[in-house]
Amino acid sequence: MPKPFAITLKPGTSLTNLTGTWRTARPVYLDRLPPCNNACPAGENIQGWLFHAESGDYEQAWRVLVENNPLPAVMGRVCYHPCEGACNRGQLDSSVGINSVERFLGDEAIKRGWKFAAPAVSTGKKVLVVGAGPSGLSAAYHLARLGHKVEIQEAGPLAGGMMRFGIPKYRLPREVLDAEVQRILDLGVTLKFDTKVANIEQSMQDGGFDAAFLAVGAHIGKRTYIPAGDATKIVDAVSVLRSMEGEDKPMLGRRVVVYGGGNTAIDVARTAKRLGATEAIIVYRRTRDKMPAHDFEVEEALQEGVMVKWLSTIKQAGEGNITIEKMALDEKGYPQPTGEFETLEADSVVLALGQDVDLSLLEGVSGLEIKDGTVQVAPNMMTGHPGIFAGGDMVPSERTVTVAVGHGKKAARNIDAWLRGATQEVPAKHELAEFDKLNTWYYSDADKTVRPMLDIIRRQTSFDEVQGGLNESNALFEARRCLSCGNCFECDNCYGVCPDNAVIKLGPGKRFEFKYDYCKGCGLCVAECPCGAIKMVAEDI
Amino acid sequence: MSFQPVKFYQTGTLTVGNRLLAQDERSVQANQMRSNSINSGHRACQGCGEALGARYAIDAAMAESNGQLIAANATGCLEVFSTPYPESSWQIPWIHSLFGNAPAVATGIAAAMKVKGRNDVRVVAQGGDGGTTDIGFGCLSGMFERNDDVLYICYDNEGYMNTGVQRSSATPPAARTATTMPVGPEPGNVFGQGKNVPEIAMAHNIPYVATATVADLRDLEYKVRKAMRMRGARYIQIFVPCPLGWGAASHDTIRLARLAKETGMFPVFEAEHGEVTSVLKIRNKVAIEEYLKPQKRFAHLFGKHAHPETVARLQAIADRNIRKYGLLAEGGN
Repeated sequence: MPKPFAITLKPGTSLTNLTGTWRTARPVYLDRLPPCNNACPAGENIQGWLFHAESGDYEQAWRVLVENNPLPAVMGRVCYHPCEGACNRGQLDSSVGINSVERFLGDEAIKRGWKFAAPAVSTGKKVLVVGAGPSGLSAAYHLARLGHKVEIQEAGPLAGGMMRFGIPKYRLPREVLDAEVQRILDLGVTLKFDTKVANIEQSMQDGGFDAAFLAVGAHIGKRTYIPAGDATKIVDAVSVLRSMEGEDKPMLGRRVVVYGGGNTAIDVARTAKRLGATEAIIVYRRTRDKMPAHDFEVEEALQEGVMVKWLSTIKQAGEGNITIEKMALDEKGYPQPTGEFETLEADSVVLALGQDVDLSLLEGVSGLEIKDGTVQVAPNMMTGHPGIFAGGDMVPSERTVTVAVGHGKKAARNIDAWLRGATQEVPAKHELAEFDKLNTWYYSDADKTVRPMLDIIRRQTSFDEVQGGLNESNALFEARRCLSCGNCFECDNCYGVCPDNAVIKLGPGKRFEFKYDYCKGCGLCVAECPCGAIKMVAEDI
Repeated sequence: MSFQPVKFYQTGTLTVGNRLLAQDERSVQANQMRSNSINSGHRACQGCGEALGARYAIDAAMAESNGQLIAANATGCLEVFSTPYPESSWQIPWIHSLFGNAPAVATGIAAAMKVKGRNDVRVVAQGGDGGTTDIGFGCLSGMFERNDDVLYICYDNEGYMNTGVQRSSATPPAARTATTMPVGPEPGNVFGQGKNVPEIAMAHNIPYVATATVADLRDLEYKVRKAMRMRGARYIQIFVPCPLGWGAASHDTIRLARLAKETGMFPVFEAEHGEVTSVLKIRNKVAIEEYLKPQKRFAHLFGKHAHPETVARLQAIADRNIRKYGLLAEGGN
């Protein structure tokens, strides 16, 4: 075709030169597993819901969140947020306040009355869930959403399990718990109170259940032998916390000694303080760094005036006082008695030495394996008895609400597969998005938002919630601190930095594509991707 | 008033795009409809900073002039890799004449447009540092002095790269090139008097002079667009690392530009009528070694026969820039 006067080259004709042939390595988009998601015991897609929260679409964020966990307002208060410990932002300034955003979303859902989407179809199968604690509720929720008919049988008079009878109100207000439980029941889940399952096989047969999920928890306080006179009041922590839910509050006296070093010991000591104890003293046989309780809870307890006797054991309990023996750590870090004694005044001694599982409902069930007082389960959460699954505190695990919720989800998915005569296909995990995969230059500097705390006097005298929540503006700020590790958040960097226009922008939500005909494989897109969602792969030459 | 970065929308305006920004706050390069003035298929090396800088700048100029843009190009890498006969990567009216006369050609186009009454058609001239600071320098100064209505963009990669990496007047001291070998007591390029063309341009008191790098897209686009809204002679020098000539990895192009700015080696500022009006502050100050070490052209300064005193002299240049232009943010970094 003739060209106009003085025109020698036609515009854009370089497209005939396929520079992609120069390439020895090609960039490919990938999704890496963000460390927060990897660390979440409930398997939440944290980064997934933060993405929606970042744009202020809180309802969508909440909906993505509850795909995996039906209790966000509870989680946002009681979860020990291992996600934040794993957060890559922690290596930059401080980790994203995932837990506080989760709580904001959970509270927002309660405030706005958001409901779960109704199950698509009914499978006609019936599943019995034993126990209305976090694990049982989680399983019931997931089973119901998969279209199964679910009945929860709860031995107690109220739902929530340890969330109600173990965690004090100042950490988890009961109206929050009630709202989230009710939302699960609204899916059509039946919940029967005061129904203790004495024999699981019998209960399944009577109700015509196709499968069962056991989540009875661990409610029996462990005891230890302490030589004591008749006048000394020795109670266990679980009973104390449980009786907080009833009409008659426990009578602990003015000087309360708590024996143990776990989170329950802290909870009881802080509860005793609120009930009017002038002294709440924790006696623990090892040192603070060895204490199983979470450090922030220890700190909060100390702020409230709880005292701790480190390296001490209770030798004897007398009338109105106890004798403790000082301990010293040996080379291996184990506490050894020193023969030094001390006397403490005490009106009551609360034992917080861990809990055992009531396994009586399993008597006579074939194929079960019980070890160390817990029920052994396969990776799919099924016990040795086909059709009976178990989770939560009654199986070997770290005993937290979040782990229990995770068990419930996992069990529900496996029960669903088992009922269909299949096994659940677990897709292979993506490779981890480590800090060195990120280009952190691109993120705005922003420090973590600190949640408000209740003033100390009210913390010592009332059961009002200690930790406050975020409001909409700082929740949005906090969500936007997310680095989106390993997953494209459409920042357009690859599209911009390519010297060869070899990246196609597909539009909002659709991400990008490479034009391999022209990509020379320089690797700029990989180097400048903030979140590590591209990698170079060698070409076969 | 300089470009005001958006502080906190996850990445603010540090990335090319950001889904959280309002439409009018987004960059030209983030737009699916950007003009891609220099299209795929050009023959620039892998990771070419100049190809990238040219698209950034000309796309921004195209956006600001509603696509009514003519470019005159000096001889150099940009011209050679974009227009090997019979192909052209350019998707705008583009003319190449000689190595040294791009400013004069642009002046002619601007005059022709004036005669034709086409006020809407804008003119840019562009070239590398060789065609600008050495060979085309006389024409450039003339264009400034006459205040011709041209935006001249110099893509500064600190040498004659296309002909085999020879020294130009923009080559930094101590750098190895084909003509400044790392031999003798003072290896590499000499510590000369320097030739700071942005400051020379400022000395002409022209309406606008600015520097930019390919590492700060938003700042670059802001400056090009601002320049395009002005009339008269304007000059922008864009720092474009050259993987081939500098002996750097192709994926380090943007990182090196960023380090040049963050060390103070390449001050990023703008000036109107001969006076500096704003500078792009250093965000996280880094030592000069971090910038030098990834580049083989400075490899002789490190290792077995290291030249710490030469590194110190380069650091002194960076420190002088920081002091002179006030590159550190209030309160320091």
